Amino acid sequence: MTNPSRRLARAGRRRAGRIAETAIELLIRLCGVSAVIFVLSIFFFIFREARIFIVSDAFRAREFFGTIAWYPDSAEHARYGALALIAGTVSVTVLAMLIAVPLGLGAAIYISEFATGRMRELLKVVTELLAAIPSVVWGFIGLMMFNPLIIRFFDAPIGLNVLNGGVILAFMAVPPIVSIGEDALKAVPDSYRQAAEALGATRWQIIWRVLLPAGRNGLLAATLLGVGRAIGETMAVLMATGHAVQIPHGPLDSVRTLTATIAAELGETSHGSDHYRALFTLGLLLFCITLVVNVTADLVVKGIRKR
Amino acid sequence: MLKESANDDENMNPFIATRRSRASRQRESLARAILLGMTLLLILPLVAIVGIIAVRGAPAISWEFLFAEPLRGMTAGGIFPAIVGTLWLVGLSLLWTVPVGVLAAIYLNEYAREGWLTRIIHLAIVNLAGVPSIVHALFGVGAFVLFLEFGTSILAASLTISVMTLPVIIAASKEALGAVPMAFREACWSVGATRWQTVRYVVLPNSVSGILTGVILEVCRAAGETAPILFTGAAFYLPFLPRSVWDQCMALSMHLFVITTQVPNVPEHLPYGTALVLLGVVLSVNAASIALRYTLRRRKRWQ
Repeated sequence: MTNPSRRLARAGRRRAGRIAETAIELLIRLCGVSAVIFVLSIFFFIFREARIFIVSDAFRAREFFGTIAWYPDSAEHARYGALALIAGTVSVTVLAMLIAVPLGLGAAIYISEFATGRMRELLKVVTELLAAIPSVVWGFIGLMMFNPLIIRFFDAPIGLNVLNGGVILAFMAVPPIVSIGEDALKAVPDSYRQAAEALGATRWQIIWRVLLPAGRNGLLAATLLGVGRAIGETMAVLMATGHAVQIPHGPLDSVRTLTATIAAELGETSHGSDHYRALFTLGLLLFCITLVVNVTADLVVKGIRKR
Repeated sequence: MLKESANDDENMNPFIATRRSRASRQRESLARAILLGMTLLLILPLVAIVGIIAVRGAPAISWEFLFAEPLRGMTAGGIFPAIVGTLWLVGLSLLWTVPVGVLAAIYLNEYAREGWLTRIIHLAIVNLAGVPSIVHALFGVGAFVLFLEFGTSILAASLTISVMTLPVIIAASKEALGAVPMAFREACWSVGATRWQTVRYVVLPNSVSGILTGVILEVCRAAGETAPILFTGAAFYLPFLPRSVWDQCMALSMHLFVITTQVPNVPEHLPYGTALVLLGVVLSVNAASIALRYTLRRRKRWQ
């Protein structure tokens, strides 16, 4: 028979332990939903700064989305046409995807189907290192190295343009395309491959006629993630695409993307001014675009995992 | 007598090369060569670029470069304050992200049930990872600099970076926790341990290595980011080193941006040298994390 005071002490320790445990579990649950809290806060705080502009007279939806005149600093006639900026983002992203998707998918196919052992590990490591390069370094590369190359090879007056930004973005978008694409190809059941091999198909025939169609969803998701990365990129395009607010007529034209505009102009605005709030509105637009792209990509990926 | 024929059905021998099978095998070799070419097209420029940065930047690297301040309007001197600033930012951002991220991963792996809430959390993490860095900067300005009135400071900048890198920590920790076999947990439950006790004394210690990999990745990203710190805490040039979290600081990434775009007449080896330092740090830390992951995978006691 234990001493009653000792029994009480043990029960007290157990109760204290239970309280501590509940407290920790509460903290854990809170941290669990932290990502949701942060996403909502991002939306909330950006909206908070942009709201006054959006409901004011200075903002007209048709002007914002439909005209290319972006003169927010003009004293008498400030105009907020974001079309040229949107065109800048779209043009650079499209060029980047035209380069990155074939190359990235090609690399993904090679790494997952043809490369073996050490070669495959090496290629995967290199892809990861490619992904690790900071965007300001990419912008530096575009500005210092590609700029003179473009001027020399294309006889262009200036080397900071859609081509420069597009190539840089392609390099930046390739790693997610390669890794998700690889996952997608690996997710195709082995029975498909074995059935095709039993029919006498070569490896390329298996890839072209069986794996690519079967992995369609995953490859689409990989592309979408690459697109998301390209749209959201800031420093590299700021340094490499030039500073012309215009709709490009060709890859050798300079443009400015939505992201670069915010980065370039926010420092010069005064807090609370229309220009300042207009930039936050651009941020809101970017947030919504990347939200849609990323959620779509994720839903598509979920689709292939369920299979 | 068997003879070669374009028509497979004429000979019953399946092992003789026919025109069609030779053609498909040639097509395969061609495809393989093209795909290898595509892969090399991605890798060789990378190697060339890193090589050029190394060659052009190496002349700048010296003890004074790493430990001296920038002089003469940043056209000479070193990058010491930028290095110090980056260390401040990375260290503090680790302080904010790692606890929250690890606990969030613990929740998702050990406590959460399949349901709409878990789906939403997962979507939020995916989205948080995809938000453009300048939008994170806007959030940092709106929430930390203005709303919480931290002003442009190391505190605001590191908090912004930590929100941005949270998905990295969560993903790496989730993977590390998930790698611990269920049997370990079941053993704990069978002796009467609570969920938290199981996590604290068994699951967590066994996943520290994987979590460490995520931490290293976070460090890389935090050191390289420019946009989130542009308006929340980083400065072009400061005459003194930061003394507290309320001060602004310089940063390597920001410094590279500034001397490449904002300062005229900089001798070429300075920006290349800065790029080399930044790139060198990021790539070597990343390579270390890959190596760490590789050796851990081979050393895990239960595999």
